[in-house]
Amino acid sequence: MQLFDIIGPVMVGPSSSHTAGAVKIGYVAQRLLAEPVKQAEILLHGSFLATGKGHGTDRALVAGLMGMRPDDPRIPQSLELAKKQGMKVTFGAVSLKDAHPNSALLKLVGKQGRSLEIIGESLGGSIINIASIDGLSANFSGDYPTLIVHNLDQPGHVAEVTSMLSHKSVNIASMQLYRAYRGGDAVMVLECDQEIPQEAIAWLKHLEGVEKVTYYSLAEDR
Amino acid sequence: MSYKFLHEIVNEAVSRNIPFWKVVLEENCREGGISEEESLEKMREMYQAMKEADQNYDKAARSASGMAGGDGALLETFRRQHNRLIGDFLTKVMEKAVKMGESNACMKRIVAAPTAGSCGVIPAVLLTYEEERNAPLERMVEALYVAGGIGEVLAESAAISGAEGGCQAEIGSASAMAAGAVTYLEGGDEEAIIHAAALALKSMLGLTCDPVGGLVEVPCIKRNVSGAVNAIVSSQMVIAGIRSRIPPDEVIDSMRRIGSLLPACLRETSQEGLAITPTALGKKQEVS
Repeated sequence: MQLFDIIGPVMVGPSSSHTAGAVKIGYVAQRLLAEPVKQAEILLHGSFLATGKGHGTDRALVAGLMGMRPDDPRIPQSLELAKKQGMKVTFGAVSLKDAHPNSALLKLVGKQGRSLEIIGESLGGSIINIASIDGLSANFSGDYPTLIVHNLDQPGHVAEVTSMLSHKSVNIASMQLYRAYRGGDAVMVLECDQEIPQEAIAWLKHLEGVEKVTYYSLAEDR
Repeated sequence: MSYKFLHEIVNEAVSRNIPFWKVVLEENCREGGISEEESLEKMREMYQAMKEADQNYDKAARSASGMAGGDGALLETFRRQHNRLIGDFLTKVMEKAVKMGESNACMKRIVAAPTAGSCGVIPAVLLTYEEERNAPLERMVEALYVAGGIGEVLAESAAISGAEGGCQAEIGSASAMAAGAVTYLEGGDEEAIIHAAALALKSMLGLTCDPVGGLVEVPCIKRNVSGAVNAIVSSQMVIAGIRSRIPPDEVIDSMRRIGSLLPACLRETSQEGLAITPTALGKKQEVS
């Protein structure tokens, strides 16, 4: 832990895990969707479900989906603001298998019709983990520029992605590979030390066997 | 942070003849790859955010559960009465601690220091000190480095979350941090700073985390008062010349061991203690 994790962060209360962490999950989810959220189905699991209401977890998640950060004073009014902006939000309960007690499943549809399903976990402090994207495992914190590539499980895709990163002088901080089954859908999650140029991401999207490319950039962050 | 023990910070400060806070500042710059001015600016922002949170207290605000809110206003009124047992300084400390805890519960913006649940302790002590003693801003910022350095060692060598170590790790840590900070402000040397932290922490050892309904409200808000007042009296004992008979780093290690011995039902799971009293269970039904 660093000094400003001890004296800080500045956040809207009451809980770093159930409020600040929840805002962060919503924020990362909307950045991954890469377009404004039109419709959100929010399913709460475990402690998020049990004590979420008193901690404002519902409002926090929606605030994040609207692009707010954990210190945004509008967080308590997020449900009303979402309604005003025409964002349709529904809440429900879910029992996720092997999930962290503070988890939420978010099913999002964007204004341009793009859809995304993620499971976000709030680990304590305001540290989060995105545990799943579109039904496939992932593990990343939102603290690094992150590239998520969904592809068919066939030889060569990892090499294509890593050689592109090498070409663009982007260093990989961590890398994970998952697949549903041999030869089925696969996903790679790469946390990077530098931002990946837009044209490189566009290039990836056109590769054969690559089904979906999602990029989480820190560039627009404060 | 590369310092795992308070005595390491003290040794560094004494051997180089620089203050405790400066050692913490330098470590922050080294770790974050930032300049001293950048670090200081960030710390000024934290202090400013504490001040704003205190000033923005809304006496009409109530938490979603209805359990939190309004007590800060009662203490503000109380502070103007003359039949008090305690003096102006401590009364103001109590008031600010409750106000910050209530603001947190009511979804206002606060500074987690070290956690959201214990966010009232350090500002209650420091903001009161600045107001009552007319202390310059730069000294208050230095005091925050003192608090932060103690907190970093606590996080590194014990715990600062209720889920890991119980309330002793949250309010206890905040109290130790505030005690060190105010001892610095009162002119205590490096040794005095860490002994004040030790005395404060010793009085908080064993404190469990058993919040009603799992919410950061009962007993958390009023424990911010206990933590803040405890910080001041611990510091005053040290200024009077008293030292902890158990060395500060051994006290911290005791907190770590006690934390790991606490059963999970008393570490932020709301399965024991105050959280399962008939009143608490009734309240929980109401909220959910």
